[in-house]
Amino acid sequence: MQNSIDLRKKRRWGETLIQASLFIAGAFSILTTVGIVYELGKEAMNFFAQVSLWEYFTGADWNPQIDQFGIWALLNATLMTTFIAMLVALPIGLSISLYLSEYASHRARRTLKPILEVLAGIPTVVYGYFALTFMTPLLRGIFGRDVVDIYNTASAGIVIGILIIPMVSSMSEDALSAVPRALRAAAYGLGATKLETAVKVVLPAAISGIMAAFIVAISRAIGETMIVAVAAGAGSNFTFNPFEAAETMTGHIVRISGGDLSYDSIDYNSIFAIGLTLFFMTLSLNVISQRIVRKYREVYE
Amino acid sequence: MTQIKEKEGFADNLPQRHRSGGFWSRLFQISTGVGIVALIALLLNITNSAFGYVATENKIDPETLAINGIPLEQLHPIDLTYILEQNVSAGFFRAQNNEKPFEERTREEIYDLVIERVVEPEAAATWSLFDSLVHKDKINAEVAEKYPNAELSFQSWINGSFLLSPQSADPERAGVRTAVLGSLWVVTITLLFAFPMGVGAAIYLEEYAGDKWFNRLIQTNINNLAGVPSIIYGILGLAIFVRGMEPITSGAFLGPVDPTTANGRTILSAGLTLGLLILPLVIINAQEAIRAVPGSLRQASFGLGATKWQTIWHHVLPNAIPGILTGTILAVSRALGETAPLVVVGASTFITFDPTSPFSKFTTLPIQIYQWTSRPQDEFRNIAAAAIIVLLIILLSLNVVAVYLRNRYSQKI
Amino acid sequence: MTENKITYAIEAADLNLYYGETLAVRDIDMQIEKQKITAMIGPSGCGKSTVLRAFNRMNDLIPSAHATGSVLYHGKDIYDEDVDPVEVRRRIGMVFQKPNPFPKSIFDNVAWGAQINGYQGNMDELVEESLRDAALWDEVKDKLDKSGLSLSGGQQQRLCIARTIAVKPDIILMDEPASALDPIATLKIEDLMHELAKEFTIIVVTHNMQQAARVSDFTAFFNLGEDHAGVLEEYDVTSNIFTNPKKKTTEDYITGRFG
Repeated sequence: MQNSIDLRKKRRWGETLIQASLFIAGAFSILTTVGIVYELGKEAMNFFAQVSLWEYFTGADWNPQIDQFGIWALLNATLMTTFIAMLVALPIGLSISLYLSEYASHRARRTLKPILEVLAGIPTVVYGYFALTFMTPLLRGIFGRDVVDIYNTASAGIVIGILIIPMVSSMSEDALSAVPRALRAAAYGLGATKLETAVKVVLPAAISGIMAAFIVAISRAIGETMIVAVAAGAGSNFTFNPFEAAETMTGHIVRISGGDLSYDSIDYNSIFAIGLTLFFMTLSLNVISQRIVRKYREVYE
Repeated sequence: MTQIKEKEGFADNLPQRHRSGGFWSRLFQISTGVGIVALIALLLNITNSAFGYVATENKIDPETLAINGIPLEQLHPIDLTYILEQNVSAGFFRAQNNEKPFEERTREEIYDLVIERVVEPEAAATWSLFDSLVHKDKINAEVAEKYPNAELSFQSWINGSFLLSPQSADPERAGVRTAVLGSLWVVTITLLFAFPMGVGAAIYLEEYAGDKWFNRLIQTNINNLAGVPSIIYGILGLAIFVRGMEPITSGAFLGPVDPTTANGRTILSAGLTLGLLILPLVIINAQEAIRAVPGSLRQASFGLGATKWQTIWHHVLPNAIPGILTGTILAVSRALGETAPLVVVGASTFITFDPTSPFSKFTTLPIQIYQWTSRPQDEFRNIAAAAIIVLLIILLSLNVVAVYLRNRYSQKI
Repeated sequence: MTENKITYAIEAADLNLYYGETLAVRDIDMQIEKQKITAMIGPSGCGKSTVLRAFNRMNDLIPSAHATGSVLYHGKDIYDEDVDPVEVRRRIGMVFQKPNPFPKSIFDNVAWGAQINGYQGNMDELVEESLRDAALWDEVKDKLDKSGLSLSGGQQQRLCIARTIAVKPDIILMDEPASALDPIATLKIEDLMHELAKEFTIIVVTHNMQQAARVSDFTAFFNLGEDHAGVLEEYDVTSNIFTNPKKKTTEDYITGRFG
C-alpha cells in the first residue's frame, strides 16, 4: 500500500481566528481617530449652529454669559504660554543636547540622562503646583507684586518650558548622534575646534531632526493643560501682558468641564469646538514634524 | 628648535577661536545645569511644603470639656456622647445617630467625632520646612504674640493618618486613601484594556502586516495618536464613554442603579479613557520589543514546521515580553499621572467613601492634588505637597521595576 | 635617510600608542621625508592607521587613546602639554578611508576649512585652485552650489582632497583613500597623489601592495609583534622593500605568504 503525502493547503481555523483578532486590535487605533474626529465634529457642528464660524475665528472676546465666542481670547493666551515656553525650552534644550552629544564624557552622560528622564516623567499637575507655589512667587519677587498677578501666563509658560526641555534635548540629541562620526573627523582633520565642529558641521547636518523636535515641542506646549489650569488663571482675557491672568484653550476646557456641565448646553458644545481646533492645530504640527524626520532619515541611511 | 612659521595667507585667529569655543562650551554646561537646578528646585519646593511647623488652635479648649476632673481622652463613651449632644446642632446629632446609633459605636469613633465637631482644632498658621528649620525663634515669638491659645508642633503632612484617611473638607483631617484606591481602580481598568489591545496591535503590525497602504495608515495613525494632547482624549471619553455608553459605564445594564450617584462618570469610563490615551504608547513600545527579537529565531522555528502563531507564541513573545512589560509599565505610569482627561471625564470633586466597583464615582491622586492646589488656603498647599510626594513615590517605584526588568532581561537575547 | 642635513617633515621617536591599557603600537621610530610619498603597509590590525592618526593627533578623539614618546614636527613634539591639537591639524591634514564630504554645497565643502582658519585671500580663487589641484574642477565647475553628497564616490574623495589642500597644510595624511573606490577612480586618486607630492608631503596607509609600489617613494612595513602590539618591521626606499627586503617577514608579506 502506498502512502501519498498530502502537501495541499489546509484551512487552519485557529490561525485564521487569531490573525483576525490581531487585525482588529491593530485597526482599533483607526477607530480612535475616527471617534475623535466624528464626536468632536458632531458636537462642534451643534456649536457652530449657534455661533457663526466668522465670529468664532475672528472674535477676541470669549464670554459665554453674554454670547461672545471669539476663540482668539483663548487662543491668544495659548500662544502666549507656548511662546514663553519655547523661549525657555528651545535654547536650553538645544544646548543640553549639544553638550550631551558633543562635549559630555561618557560618565557625565550616564548621570545626566536619567535626571532628564526623571524630569520628563513627573506628572504635569506637579509642574502646575511648582508654577503656582514657586515660579509665581519668584516672578512676583523679581518684578514686584503689583506688576505680576497671582495667576499669570509668564509663570505657566516658563514652567511648561521646563517641562518640555527633556523632550527637546532628547529628540535633538538623537538627531545629533545620527550624524556620522566621519563628518566630525573630517572637520577636526581640517583644524576645526570643538565648537566649530559642533555648531558648523554637526548641527547643520542634524538641522531637520532638530526642527522636528522644535515643532513637536510647540505642539506639546499648545496641548499642555494642567500647568495652565493651575497657574495661568481663570477667565478669558485678551492681553499681551505676560504678567496678567489669561485663560488658555485647554485651561478653559478644564475649568468649565470641572463643574456640573449639562449635556447640550452651549458650554458643553463649546468644549468640542475648542477641542477640535486644538486637535487640528496639534495634528498638523505633528504631521509636519514626522515628514521632516522621515526626510532626514533618508539622508544618512 | 626651529620656530614654526605662521601660515601664509591665514590670519592668526586661533586664540580668538578658542576663546569663543570656551565661552559656548561653558554656556552649554550652564544650560545643562539649569535642567538639574529645575529638578532640584521642584523637589525642594515640594518637600518645603510637606513638612513644617503648624500652630493649631482649638475652638474649645479640651480641658474645659473634662467632666469631674476626668480628662476628655479618658471619658466614658456615654459622657462623650453627652458632650456631643450638648455642643452640636440637634439635626446633626440625629443624623449621626440614624447613620449608626451611638450605642453601637466604639469609644474611639465617638472621641474622634467630639474632636472633629466640638474641639475643632484648626491650623491657624503653617510654616514651610525652610522657615521651620532656620527661623524657629521667630516662629515661636510670632505664635506667642498672634495666637496665644495655639499649640505649635512640627508636622509631617505626609503621615500614617494622611495615607489612611479619606477625603475631608478639613485639611488637618484629609487623606489620600480614597484617591489612591481610585487611582488603583482606574489604572487596573486601563491596563486590562490597553495591554491586550496594545500587544495584539503590535503583533499584528510587526508579524502579520505587509507593506499595504492600510497597514501604513495604521502605523501613521498610531504615531499621530501618540501626539494628541491628553485633554482631547478626555473630551472623547466624555462623549463616548460617559454619555454615549452611559447604560454600560454606569452599570445600569446590570440592574437598577442609584441615579443620584455617578451616571456615566465612573471608574470604568475613566479607565477606558486613559486606556485609549496610553494605547499608542503601549503599541509603539511593544513593537520595539518585538522588533528586537532576532529574525534567525523565527526562521529556526519555521524551519521546524511551526505555524506562524506557534512561532510567535513560543519564540517571539517569550523573548519580547520583558521589553513589552517595561514599555507597558512606563505607559501605566503616564496614566497614573494624568489629570486633565479625568477632569473632563468628570472626576468627583468630593467623595469620602472607598470605591467598590467599576461603576463607582471616582477621584484619583492627581485629581486630588489639582483640587488641593487650587484652594487658596496654605494648609491645602501643604497636603497637596504631601499628596505629590505619595504620587512621586508610586511613580518612582514603578520606574524602578521597569529599569530592573530591562536590566534583568536585556542581556538574554 | 642618507644625509644628516635633511630635516624631516615629521618624525616619530619611541612612539607607543595605547587604547586604554592595551598597547596597540610599540616603539615606532620613523622619519618622513619632505615632499615625498611614504606608504604604510602591513596586515590588518597591525596599527598602521593608528600610527597615521598619531601624526596629527586624531587619536585624541578616542577617549581611551593615549601616546607616549614623541612626534616631532618642526622640532617640536606635538604631544607636548602646550601644543594645541587644532594648530597641529590645520598644518597636517587628513583624507579618510570613506569619502566624507559635509552635507553642504561643493563650494562650501572646499571653502569651510579655509574660512574657519581665517583665510584672507580671495575665496573663489582658492576654491577653484584647490579643485583644480584635486583634478575635480572640470567636473564640478558648473555645479558648485550642488551638494557635495550628489557626487560619485571617486569625485567625493577628490572633493575631500580639495578641501584638505585648501587649508594649505604641510603634510597630508591619507588613510586608505582609495579602498572604497572602483579601479578607475582609484587610478585617478593615485595620479593625483603624484601631482600633490610636488607640493606636499604625503603619508598614505594602504592595504594594497601594488598601490604602495606604484605611488610611493618610501615604504614602511608594519607587522604584529609577539605581544600583539604593532611594530615597524622595515622601513626603506620603496624599490628596496619590494625587490630586496632585508627581513624574512617583509618578504613573506609582499610575496603574499600571509596577511
